[in-house]
Formats: sequence, structure tokens, C-alpha cells
Amino acid sequence: MVGIYSPSLSSEWLVPGRNLFLTIHVLGVACFVYIVAKRFVPLVRAEGDPRFDRPLTRLGKVFKFWLGQWKHPRYRFAGTLHILIFAGFLLLATRAFSVLIVGVSPGFVMPGLSGESGRVYDLITDYAATIVFLCMVVAAIRRLVFKPARYAVPAKYGKSRTADAVFLLGLIAVLMIADSLFAASNAAGHALQDQPIEALAVFSLPWMLKIAIGSMPLATLWALNVTAYLVHEVTFYFLLCYRPFGIQFHVETSLFSIYFAKLERGTLKPVRWGVPDERLDQVKSFGVKTFEDFTWKHILDFYSCADCGRCADNCPANAAGRPLAPRFLSIKARDYAFQHYPVLGKANNGKPLIGNIYSEDEVWSCTTCGACEEECPLLVEYIDKIVDLRRGMIDDGNVPQSLQKPLKALENRGNPYGKMEKKKADWAKAEEFQRTCKVNTVDGNNSAGTLYFVDSITSYDDRMHSIGRSTSRILSHIGEDFGILGAAEKDSGHEVRRFGEEMLFMALRDHNTDAIKASGVQRIVTSDPHAYNALKHDYKDAPPVEHISQVIAREVRSGNIQFHRVENEDKVYAYHDPCYLGRHNQIYDEPRAVLDAIPGLKRVEMKRSRDRSFCCGGGGLMLFYEPKEEQRMGVLRVRMAAEAGANVIVTACPFCMANIEDAIKVAGLEGTMSAIDLTELVDQHMVREVCPVKAMELETATCGG
Amino acid sequence: MARIFSYIVHKGDTVDDSAAELTAVARRIDPSAPPIAIVAGWGAGLDAVCNSLLSSYGEVWKVANEALDYPNAEVVRQALVSVLPPNSILLVPHDHFGIDLSPGLSIKLNAAFVPDVLGIDGAEGNSLRVVRQEFGGQVSAHVRCDITSGAVINIRPGAFKPEQVTPISSMIIDKSSAVGALTARRRYLETIVAEAGNVDITKHSVLVSIGRGMQEKDNVVLAEELAEVLGAAVSCSRPVVDAKWMEKSRQVGSSGKTVKPKVYLACGISGAFQHLAGIKGNPFLIAINKNPKAPIFQVADVGVVDDILEFLPELTNKAREMRGVAAK
Amino acid sequence: MEILVCVRRVPDTSENEIELNPAGNDIEREELVYSVNEADNYAVEEALQIRDRVGGNVTVVTVGGEDDEEVLRRELAMGVNQAVLVSDEAFSGSDGRGIATILKDFVQKGRYDLILTGVQADDGAAQVGGMLAAMLDYPFASLVNSITEEDGKLKVSREIEGGNREINEIDLPCVLSIQTGINEPRYVGMRGIRQVASVPIPTLGASDLGVEKDSIGEAAAKVKRVDYFVPALSKGAEMLRGSREENAQKVLELVAARGGLK
Repeated sequence: MVGIYSPSLSSEWLVPGRNLFLTIHVLGVACFVYIVAKRFVPLVRAEGDPRFDRPLTRLGKVFKFWLGQWKHPRYRFAGTLHILIFAGFLLLATRAFSVLIVGVSPGFVMPGLSGESGRVYDLITDYAATIVFLCMVVAAIRRLVFKPARYAVPAKYGKSRTADAVFLLGLIAVLMIADSLFAASNAAGHALQDQPIEALAVFSLPWMLKIAIGSMPLATLWALNVTAYLVHEVTFYFLLCYRPFGIQFHVETSLFSIYFAKLERGTLKPVRWGVPDERLDQVKSFGVKTFEDFTWKHILDFYSCADCGRCADNCPANAAGRPLAPRFLSIKARDYAFQHYPVLGKANNGKPLIGNIYSEDEVWSCTTCGACEEECPLLVEYIDKIVDLRRGMIDDGNVPQSLQKPLKALENRGNPYGKMEKKKADWAKAEEFQRTCKVNTVDGNNSAGTLYFVDSITSYDDRMHSIGRSTSRILSHIGEDFGILGAAEKDSGHEVRRFGEEMLFMALRDHNTDAIKASGVQRIVTSDPHAYNALKHDYKDAPPVEHISQVIAREVRSGNIQFHRVENEDKVYAYHDPCYLGRHNQIYDEPRAVLDAIPGLKRVEMKRSRDRSFCCGGGGLMLFYEPKEEQRMGVLRVRMAAEAGANVIVTACPFCMANIEDAIKVAGLEGTMSAIDLTELVDQHMVREVCPVKAMELETATCGG
Repeated sequence: MARIFSYIVHKGDTVDDSAAELTAVARRIDPSAPPIAIVAGWGAGLDAVCNSLLSSYGEVWKVANEALDYPNAEVVRQALVSVLPPNSILLVPHDHFGIDLSPGLSIKLNAAFVPDVLGIDGAEGNSLRVVRQEFGGQVSAHVRCDITSGAVINIRPGAFKPEQVTPISSMIIDKSSAVGALTARRRYLETIVAEAGNVDITKHSVLVSIGRGMQEKDNVVLAEELAEVLGAAVSCSRPVVDAKWMEKSRQVGSSGKTVKPKVYLACGISGAFQHLAGIKGNPFLIAINKNPKAPIFQVADVGVVDDILEFLPELTNKAREMRGVAAK
Repeated sequence: MEILVCVRRVPDTSENEIELNPAGNDIEREELVYSVNEADNYAVEEALQIRDRVGGNVTVVTVGGEDDEEVLRRELAMGVNQAVLVSDEAFSGSDGRGIATILKDFVQKGRYDLILTGVQADDGAAQVGGMLAAMLDYPFASLVNSITEEDGKLKVSREIEGGNREINEIDLPCVLSIQTGINEPRYVGMRGIRQVASVPIPTLGASDLGVEKDSIGEAAAKVKRVDYFVPALSKGAEMLRGSREENAQKVLELVAARGGLK
């Protein structure tokens, strides 16, 4: 941009313009660097976190989620606004830089942007500034007038952010106006002096401003030009230095929070990075008890939370009225960091987190469903933090009585119900069932190719025996050479780990791993998504594992499983995605393919499905916890199914089954709504006369003739 | 055999039901000698109690002392030690007072102690054979007690049918002077009465009572719906209160309320004796439980083996039909 | 305050099915899991809370054998200062009074201001606390569900009928038997136990305590269990054997006949 009168040459101030603006540059940058350095302090004191591996994958994520704003369109309107603002910022970055330098070095032109390319760039950025400005106005109206529910701050969490938000929006708008006025007054000045006029993009903000001021005298234009410049510079640096004090810090940190984001789904961070299981006894304290126990990445997450409320909006615990809303986990911790690691003043030690910024119920309320992480545009992680907080509470002995009983039972009997080991396989030994399907126990003496890992609820809960039996019949029908561990099988420990009892989990895991190895199986099948996730991600040396829905889908595709027509034509089925099958392991299509293969089956999709599925209430130890809530998650989910027009909910997880059947009763919908497991449905509709080749080869068929 | 004494529990001037039960126990131990009632207390109430006992006990020993106005086991113990002859057999109800009094008393008397007895097989010489339970009532045990130097025997309330015996002669013997100075290193201050709550289960003639079998708090509503249509109230066993599904004022049992309804539906209640101890007046007891071996079926009049979470709604719907209200 | 808690290792009633063994002379013990008696655990938690309020030391003791060490270790993991095992062949076969005698001799070897036990264990006897107090000549209170310290004395509440609470003032030293539900015991996990795995647990025998041999053991026991049995089922309830609908109908008829369903 060539200015006739460069602000650097202005002399209205006590010092030459150039010196003034240079001073502002230096002060602004120094301030910013100092503030960021102070913001780094807690990261330096925090626990380590190895996030420097797989740079290409990480860059890929940056492209997709940062540059590509991949998650934003999940909320259409706000997402579009943000994409426009983000694109605008990116485009305007170079222009802003040029403008700043111009105040010190007149005639400065960005390398590569002289001539034609510079003009094109200017036109584009004229529109960018205009669009950003308009977005600011729309956003402000949204905040002030429409007040979307997810931005609301309940009294117990603090004050409303609306004022702060509108203030920031206003400042950015001012920045756009200042930039546009600077360009407009430049162009107007050149026009008056018959000098080459740089074209302003038609209908852009600078263009409109130029028309507004075009007829003013040169002296006024000069004054406007210099004033706009000063306002631009001051606002720019104010914003730069203000951002690290609130949610706007995400402008700087988002790139890093996304680059360093977690790469695997369904896994948990270890108790301490770099400490192998054998050396855990030497660790003085487990879990997160004070702020510095968090890893640096988690603290970066607290800085990066933009308080957009999408996580809390999708959090089932929040919807049920439990005292948990993920965004406040971040915001409260961030405020704690700002308070205890202030920019001005010394860092001071804080008190323990639980009982101060977090309540116990808040942390126990989480079902680890992952909806928050799925939604967050900044890839902020929550599950690892919750698990770490729980580890800290367990370490301190601070556990609700309702959880102590099942934990003790898990320690003594290997299952949360306290039932005897020798009764674990009773479901398979029931006389009537044995006649139709023989289920063998595998151990050192009897082997099989495949292990059916049944896990605790399917083994011990009367209702869930049906899932175990249906799964066995299906495996038998397709000729799978399978067996169960029986009394040697202990709970997979999936929730034990997620509730923070790492040592008990390790004991269960090691016991099961030994039993699996001794059995000599080469692969594992399970009908329990929690067991599936544990065997896949938490167990180190286990053979490959599949969920029964994947097996069925494959056999349906190959024609080994065929279905006769759906029994009851009046039924409308809705498939409920279990969190640990769907969201955490992205198995959405196989169960649907199975349902759609049943001739005449009417299936509807609930509004919240696939990765937006709404947690049934949680599994494992969560069944024992007594939360403070206004409604059950299951009841909310059952109503969603009714809304979608369904009268049967199909699920593929025994915990979902338990919660949903319970919810149907509590909601008073018995008789109008029912629930069925995928395996039970398949078992009911499988054509038995079709005998898969594999079964005939192995002579293990119990089907057909 | 040494004399058998019944410790009489009384509140003010009212004699507790256990007094009649202890008579039956004494006869099982020694049919030849009627037991002596021993009553500790103070004032007009004590006299009233002694008089009312004359119709069932031939001999009533009155132990009056101001320090005994409130039945403080620490003080009563001292008084009994002064008054009881050596090698006596003392029967005490196994309630919160008996638990407090008897173990220490047996030591001071140098007598044997058997707690929570619910059956007497009989005495053979100096050996008394009784029946107890262990492991929360899951098994029973025969126990032998050497009564050479006497015994303190705590009797489970309600385990023995009360017996009314009309004595041939009856007299009150005042043993108060045998009691020396009574020191109190534990002093009674006051009794805090449990909050009334909005429902008084002791006033209802039909009770729908729930136990751990309800599985969770949200299922309590199933019992409430049934109670509403039956014109009954919902009561519960101790685990339900411990789990905070219902208030303490709804608890039936030895540490809860004593109820005397006409009809008692025990839903998902196993039948632990502490709970049954709160049910008096021999109501018509209907038990519903998933476990066919639940002890409740031993004491119930009618039993149904079923899942209460399924059976209760069935009852509610049927009851609504019967009342002419549209089933939900 | 020096606090002693007497604990006992018992079969966990919620994680076991208690049945007679095939021989019919004892319960089937083969697959039992054991843990600290629930009421004793509440007592330990209460002791720890008192110690944290007024300062002092908490010791746990049990009379038993090697197997019982695991329970002591669990209480160490919970936070007690020391644990002692009192073990001697001569103790076996002791009745409740014998156990109380052994504990009395142990107590007299030390100085304790407050002694706690759980109100009762798996045999439902609820006797050791009261006997111990009488032997030591200390005041006693049973079924305690709340303890506060006041001017060198204790104010305790006892659980009595109807959910009422009897408030007493009791002098120290004293013995209290603790009712379940008095507090919320802290959680002890595998990690906690591992951390105290190498803490020494001293074992004291009969001669260490100066126990008179003829006051303990089977010979001295005045109360002895003869056997376990499951009583022959009396007639019991009339069981309804129809369908759910039929049963519900019958139940309601019976209720109506007796005054319900108004």
C-alpha cells in the first residue's frame, strides 16, 4: 500500500510519528512476550506429556481441524460464522503486518505482494475485513438478543461472559473499521491529489467508507488517516496482549492444542508417562490432586477452551442435571491458573483441586462417553483429565460408599456383584440351553480358535444371559470354533480403570491376559463394547478382538447368515449407538447393515445418532454410582427414540440394555416401547436351515438338519 | 438348678411384650420352677409395673433407686450384681438394652453369656443347649452353655411365643436396700426422637414394605403407586434407609419402628430378623421375592417367587382394575 | 488420644453364599472370601477421624493367626499407626469371654484412652466389647452412632428403637461398640495395601501378655458351638404357583379380604 503521507512521517505528536509507532510496536511485542512467558510457567511446572511423535499425522490433524475447521459445521450457524472469521483472520494477517510496519518504514511493501499480486491481495482482504466486520455484528446480536442456551453460565459457575464477549467482538470490529478507514482515507487522499488510486473492492467496507469521506478536505483526510492508524495499532496490540487473559487466547493456542492433540481413540493416558507398570509402586502420588499434577498439554487445553459450550451441550450428564459440564472443568482450571500464576506477581501454591474448584460429584458423574471430545473444535481432551482426577481421589481414599462395595467385590471375586467365580459360566450350563448349543470352556487342556469374552454383566445378570446365549448360538451357527474362559475370566476392568483404580485394573488385566494366553486362542469375540474397548486398547498382549456385530455383518455380507422376514411388521426399530462401540471405536455401519439385512424391518434414525449418540447412562461401575441428577440419561434417550417414531430400541451393549430397559419402566413407557439386543434380534431371525460351509467343515454345526 | 430370673423391660408404667416371652423361655429351661421377675426403676411407674406383673409372675423383685429412673445399662448392671443370688440364670431380651447390659453383666456375675438365642433345646445337668443363628441368619447353630456358675441369656425378641401363666401365689419383694452406692461413669443426657416425617407407618393397617430387592431409588415409585391404589403406606427395611432411598421414619425393624398392621407386603425383603422384629401383632404377611430360599418365606403366610420390579406393576394395574380406575 | 480398635477377620457376607459343608458339621469354607468385619471397619474409620481431630495414635489388634494379618494390613493402609497380631496356639477354641480375656491382658500392657470394637461380627454375638469393658472396669456404651469430644469426656449417641438416639456422656478411659453407618469409611485399594506391605506387624503370644492359661482356650470356654445346621423348613408360606397375572389376582383378593384396597 503506497501512502502519500505515511503515518511514519506524521508530526502531530510530541515525537515524530515513526518513533511513536516504533515505541508502540516495541512495547506491544514486549508486553505480549512477557505475558506469554508467564503463561508458560505452569506448563513448565506441570507433568510431562510425550506429544512430539508422529509429526506427519499431527500436521494432518492441523490441516483438517485447524485450517479446515472440520468440527465447526456441526453447529451450522455458529460454525459458518467462525469459519468466515477464521478465514478472514488468516487472510488479513499479512495485511495487518504490513500496516503495522508502514508506521515505521514508509513505503513498506510485503515481499511478494508488490504489483499485481499486491493489488489482488488488497481486494481480497478488503472483502475479508468487511466480512469479519459483519460477522462481528451478527455475533454480537446473537449474544445479546438471541442468547443461545449453551453460552449461559449457571450461577454456581460464575458470572455471565456476555459482556466480555461483546467487548471482544467490539474490539475486533473496531480493528476492522480502523484498518478500512486507513485504507479508505489513503485512497481518498490520493484521489484528491490526482495520484494513482489503489482500487478498493466494490461494496467492501473500505470502499463504502471512501465514499463517505471522499469529499472531505485533505487536512481532514490526513487527520482521519493518522487517527485510524493509531487506533489500529493500539487496538491491535491491546487485543494481542488481552487475548492471553481469557478465552481469546485460543487464537494463539489452538494451533498447538490441535497439533499436540491425542491421536488414538478409546485409550487412556498411563498414570505417569514414562513410568512402566512395574515401577508404579515407586510413584508417590497417583492422579491429579493439585493443579501441577496435570500435564502441560492439559494445561494448554485449559488455555485453549473457547467456552463455546458445544461440549456441555452434548454432555449427557449435563442434560440429566448432574453437576458436570465439561467446559467448566476447563474454565475453572484456567481461572485457577490465571489466579495462581498471575502475570503480575508471584506464582503461589494452591489448595487441592477437589473441594475447591471441583466437586467430587462433578468428577464421578462422567460416564466417559466421549461426546465432549467428539464435539470440541479445539480437540480439548476431557476423559484423561477426569480419570486422572479420579485416580487422585482413589489414592486419597475419597470414594463414595456406593462404589466401594463393587470395587471390593471386584478385588475379592473378580466381578462387581460379589458373585462366586464358579458360577460365572452358569448361564451357559442351563439345561435347556445346553441342549441346543454346547459352549465349551477353554483352558490349558481344551483349546479353541476363538474366545468369546463374556465379561461380568452378561455372565451374572439374569436378563443379560439371553445376550450370551444368542451370541453363542450365532457363533455356533456360523461354525466358529469358540469357547469361554468360565471361572477363569475376571471382569475386563474397563470401568475399574476409568474410575481411577489403576492397580486393581492391572491385577484384573494381568489375570485375564494369562488366562487368555493359556487358552491358546488366536482371536477374541465379545458382545460387550466395554470389554471390546478394554481388550483392544487397555490390554497390551491380547489377541485381536472383534465385536459380535462386526462378525455378524461380515457373515451377512458373505451370505452365511440369512434372515427370514421380520416377525412383527408393526415394529419400528431405532438403533442406539453404544458409546464404546460407536464413538470410541467408530463402528457405526456394521450394526445398521445387519438390521437392514432383515427383510421388512422398518428402521428409523434418532436425531442424535452415530458420533452424536446420547449415552444411555454408562456401564460397569457407573451402574452402582448414585448420582445427583434431575433425570436419568436413559429416560432422555428413550424419549428420543419415541420422538423418532420408534417402538423398539435396538442396542448392542448389555449396559445400554440394562439402562434402557430400566428407563422404559421409569418413563412409564412399558407396553409402548421395548428394547432388544442386536444378537437377540439376529438370533430370532436367523434362518437355521442355511448351514454355512465352515460349520459343515468343522462338523460343529448345530444348525439345520 | 439355680433360680431363673426374667429382666423386665418397661417404659414408664408399661411392660414390654418381652416379659411374656421370657416366661415361655424359662419354662423351656426348667419347667418346674417359675421364673422371678426382676424390675429396676423408680417411682410410681415402677410400682405400677410390679403390680401388673403379679398376674403372670409369681414372684416380682422390685429394685428401686433414683439412679435407675432411666434404664442406663451401666447403672442397672451394678444394681443387678448386688441383688442377684449367685449362679442365677438371668433372661434378658436381646434388644439395644440387652446388648448394652448383658455381656458386661455376665463378667461381673462370673456367669456364662449366650446372646441372641432363638430356641431352647433343654438343660441336661449343668449344660444348657440352645439354638442361635450366624452369618446374618443364613445358618443355625446348636450351642452348649455351661451354667454351673449361672448364665445371662439374651433372648431374641419375638422368637418365643408369649405364654401367660397364672401363678398360684404372687408377691412383690423389695430388694432395693441390697443395692449399694451406684456410680455412673456413663450418664444419660437425653433422647433425640427421630424426625416424624410426613407419613406415620405405625398408623397404617396395610403396608407395602420394600427391601434391597428394589435395586435402585428410582424403583421406589413402583411401591408408591401400589400403596396409593391399595390405600396403604410404603415402609422399608434398613438397607433401604442406609442407601438413602427412603427416610429413617419409614424403617420397620429393631432399630426402626414397630408396626402392627393387618396386612404386610414384604417386597424384595429377605427376612432378616432385625426387620421382622419390628412387625408385631401377627399380620397377614405376603412375601414377594426373587429368591425361593429367602428366609421370609418361612414366616410369611403367602409367598410369590417373582421379580418385584415386574410383579408390583402387575399388582398395581390389577388393583386399579378392581377399583374401577383405568389401568395406566 | 491413644485409641485401640479391636478388629476381626470374617467371611464377607455379601460376597459369599454361606452353606453347610457336605459333612454337615461346619459351613463350606473352601471358596469363602474374607475381609475385616464391617462394623470393625467403621470403628477404625471413626478412630482415625477422632485422631485427626484431637491428635494421638490409633492401634488395631486382632486375636487370630497368620491369615488375619491381611486384615491388619488393610487397616494399616487405611491409616492406623500400628497393628498388632495376638496369636498363640493356646488361644484356639476360646469363646467370647476367652477372647475378651486375651484382649484385656493386651490392653493392660499398654495405655489406651479409648477402645473401640464393632457392635457385632458374623456370629451376631455382640459381646466382646461389653465383656472387655467389664473386665477392665471401664464404662461401656454399645450401638454407638456418633462420638464427640468434650472437656476430656466423650458425648456418645446410641441407636435405640424407633430410630431414636440416646445421648450419653461417658468418662475416659472407656470402651465403645460402634454401629455401622456412623461414618463413611475411606476407600482402601490395592495400591494402599502394597504401600504398607513391608510394615512390620508384631505378634504377641500368651506369655508376652501374661495370659493365664486356664482362662482361655477350649478348656476354659463355657459356651461352645456344637454344630451348624439348616433348620428343617417349617410349613412356611403357602406359595402361589400360577402365572404372574393369576398370582397378582390372588394376592389382591387376600389383601381385600383383610381390609386393604379400600
